[in-house]
Amino acid sequence: MVYLTRKCEFSASHYYHNPSFSPEDNLRLFGKCNNPNGHGHNYTLEVTVKGEIDPHTGYVVDLKVVKELLNREVMDVFDHRFLNKEIPEFADKIPTTENLAISIWKRLQRGMGTACLHRVRLYEAPDLFVDYYGEQ
Amino acid sequence: MKAYLTRRYRFCAAHRLHSEAMSEAENLATYGKCNNPHGHGHNYLLEVTVGGQVDGQTGMVCNLVELDDVVGREILSRYDHENLNTLPDFSGKVTTSEVLAEQIFNILRREFHAAHLERVKLEETSLNSFEYTGGAEMR
Repeated sequence: MVYLTRKCEFSASHYYHNPSFSPEDNLRLFGKCNNPNGHGHNYTLEVTVKGEIDPHTGYVVDLKVVKELLNREVMDVFDHRFLNKEIPEFADKIPTTENLAISIWKRLQRGMGTACLHRVRLYEAPDLFVDYYGEQ
Repeated sequence: MKAYLTRRYRFCAAHRLHSEAMSEAENLATYGKCNNPHGHGHNYLLEVTVGGQVDGQTGMVCNLVELDDVVGREILSRYDHENLNTLPDFSGKVTTSEVLAEQIFNILRREFHAAHLERVKLEETSLNSFEYTGGAEMR
């Protein structure tokens, strides 16, 4: 079993707000991330797929396919977007890094084909990241 | 107490992705620009992770000098500034980073005994990396 990781970077804005909480509770819970005008991050995404090496090609998976999938399902969707307002799943879900990692997992899983998705690691900043391995 | 230690190494090598079992057209369709007959090269970044109990006397999992010696002798001197396709290690194989990572792991597993080899990670570029654990589930 070999694990292959492809990285990409995108920039997006968001804010944290739960409409079922009072404004005071939102501010207490989410602090400066609650600013309704939003703030932004440079996200770094690492996507890991796993599999046996195909003896014919020496590949686990064709990197071109992974690159195209990342372009289509991540870069085209999230880059330079306001997550709360422009991404359907965040209309009623808080776009935390946790939820964003899960959203990316689901989008990639649909287009994976025969490759096996192992992990999505999403850095919100260089010193903060979330790992998601799917429902286990 | 078990601890894991990771050391990074760098080497530069040339390769060409080409399978003798495929036609020219199939090779080009499969490997694209990596099939360029003249080859191309990478600055590879290798991470070697070993694990073991922390020695009560030394406070170490293993002596880094020993790891450096083995990696230097068995990996860096073998691959640095070489064309991978010309080496007997890859006779009959395609020099993808998957195959190279597996090869490096197998060599180190055979040659390094001062701690347990846990993982080899090979970065081909800053965007692509390949990890092999010899079959163990990876986290």
